[in-house]
Amino acid sequence: MSRVAIQVENISKMYRLGSIGSKTISEDLNRTFARILGKKDPYAQIGQLNDRLSAAHSDFVWSLKDINFEVNQGDALGIIGKNGAGKSTLLKILSRVTGPTTGSIKIKGRVASLLEVGTGFHPDLSGRDNIFMNGAILGMNRAEIRARFDEIVEFSGVGNYIDTPVKRYSSGMYVRLAFAVAAHLEPDILIVDEVLAVGDAEFQKKCLGKMQDVNKKDGRTILFVSHNMAAINNFCRTSILMEKGAIVGSGLTRDVVNTYFSSVKTNGGEALEKDILVSSQNDSLKFKRVALVGNAGVSNTFGLDEDIVCEIEYEVIKSNTKVVPSIQLLDKYGECILATFNAPSSTIGIDRYFGEIQPQGVYKTQCVLPKHLLNDTQYFISAYLSSDINFSDMTAAPEVLSFQMIDTGEMKQEYTGNWNGQIRPKIKWSTIQLS
Amino acid sequence: MKDKEKWDILIKPNSNLFEFRLNEVWKYKYLIAMFVKRDFISVYKQTILGPLWFLLQPVFTTLTYLLIFKNIAHLSTDNIPPVLFYMSGILFWNYFSTSFLKTADTFTTNAGVFGKVYFPRLTVPIATIISTFISFGIQLFFFLIIYVYYVTIGEVHFTLGYSSIIIIPFLIVLMAILSMGMGTIISAMTTKYRDLRFLITFGIQLLMYATPVVYPMSIVTDSKIKLLLYLNPMTSIIETFRYIVLGAGTYSLPALLYSFVATCIIAVLGIAIFNKVEKNFMDTI
Repeated sequence: MSRVAIQVENISKMYRLGSIGSKTISEDLNRTFARILGKKDPYAQIGQLNDRLSAAHSDFVWSLKDINFEVNQGDALGIIGKNGAGKSTLLKILSRVTGPTTGSIKIKGRVASLLEVGTGFHPDLSGRDNIFMNGAILGMNRAEIRARFDEIVEFSGVGNYIDTPVKRYSSGMYVRLAFAVAAHLEPDILIVDEVLAVGDAEFQKKCLGKMQDVNKKDGRTILFVSHNMAAINNFCRTSILMEKGAIVGSGLTRDVVNTYFSSVKTNGGEALEKDILVSSQNDSLKFKRVALVGNAGVSNTFGLDEDIVCEIEYEVIKSNTKVVPSIQLLDKYGECILATFNAPSSTIGIDRYFGEIQPQGVYKTQCVLPKHLLNDTQYFISAYLSSDINFSDMTAAPEVLSFQMIDTGEMKQEYTGNWNGQIRPKIKWSTIQLS
Repeated sequence: MKDKEKWDILIKPNSNLFEFRLNEVWKYKYLIAMFVKRDFISVYKQTILGPLWFLLQPVFTTLTYLLIFKNIAHLSTDNIPPVLFYMSGILFWNYFSTSFLKTADTFTTNAGVFGKVYFPRLTVPIATIISTFISFGIQLFFFLIIYVYYVTIGEVHFTLGYSSIIIIPFLIVLMAILSMGMGTIISAMTTKYRDLRFLITFGIQLLMYATPVVYPMSIVTDSKIKLLLYLNPMTSIIETFRYIVLGAGTYSLPALLYSFVATCIIAVLGIAIFNKVEKNFMDTI
């Protein structure tokens, strides 16, 4: 039977919006009296759940509300959710940086939290001194740090500069050294918040590998907050999903990640006629709607392993017009990655309306951006309607939609770091022995 | 069943006001040592004179006081050589005000670190009073050299006895704890009421005149003012030091006892408030 390492019971956290601290001393005194009399905070009762989409009605907001969960010793628990869901607040409470408003947490063993790498690094101190400094802040004593000193230096790869003040380090060296200290802490429970968003791909891989070692080999408990679904998927057997300060899903990571993806897909991914800004206008053609549709319907967020259907609805105003719809896929800097249209020689299958004269009416043309084509980044879609194949007289809707691709972890079974490039198709590879 | 298990850490909204968790601070003693080292290195790194600044500061201040309070204002120095008189006062006052101001800034200067990782916050003020003590120690040593010089030329009688070996460290520790206690109270309050920071920076300058730094207690004749001055716990600390080392001035056991009791109360109060604030200060700062 595995033992419980962390037990979180009814944790809530209330924040005050706007002004810092209490507005007046009299309000402070009111609160103090209420506390002495054993009553609830008189200003807390008007609080509401954390919802950043709608403006708050009161000055108080529950950043976390009634959080309950347990983590067994040796488990790796992932915590996922949108920005502002309360993940970081939860980690802050767990690592005792801030206190909860209600509830209690019981923890067995020593906790080290990595809410940031290089906490307490002093620019004037040498790398050596900073290792000791940082280690001490994270709760190690001199003997423990000394015992791991060589290992830390080797892992960080800054060996030659160890006696140089860290202010002379490049940012990469700085981060590597900082993570190296933290990774060699050997606490019973390691709390990690998104630190892997730093460093180059090679180093990220090293970090994840090290965390895996700490978890699997040494049997230490890990709490891991990340937006990198691939890392979470690889790393944590179970996860919890947070939304608006509450836990909305928990269980096996794969299921929780799927729940997360379907919850991210809210509105967006669709532009109606009134919202479409056209940069040029063909008199006989106008857009009615442009939309992106994935497995879960209209969306602006798709998994890498999801077909994306781009739907273009348009109206033919003047009869007897030929229509050539086309789209361009742009990267987040606006560079064109691909252009496609419905001419038979460039499509899979034949669009029977191509080259035909179309009578007045509203039509829908769609194309499919296949799965396993894009990388986990942001893209734009520009849509065009032309009445001839030379694209001379177009109704153009540049960057009419944007969407985000999300790594589901499917292609990251082996390599877990960042993937370079604007596209990431699956490519055939093979090796033969020549001699 | 579960409740009987042993938990190492228990996180609750409010803890007992007078639960100091000093054993936890003791566990982090190595961190305190590193903080002291950091303070020392970072202050004098890339300065040309380095730790020599520790000496220049009291020397110049002494010379200034000599000019203004002795030669212009003709304030009495209790027949002690003015250099020793002023320097002894400056030494103690500098230590007190420096560590008070630094401690008072604990939360604001360390907000970055405090926001990211947990360690007993009390380690920072403790490290502050220790690292300030390094400069104080150097200055005290320098003071003793000058003292020995005045003894050899016969202007001061050597009055140090065995008892002073106990009393002088006692005075210094008392002063250190007093400055930390006051500093922690202010630091806890500045997280909410920022105005206090402006108040204390000039408040501490004014407080110096309520302490016998540039004048001896013997010239204070009005009994009400005298009582008022003795309410300042630093007063009897400096007076006693001068009395023991320089053999002049006043010495009053009740006053010293008062300083001791006041220091204890302020320190306990300071640590209690400090511990209370450290939990949630990240939300307000």
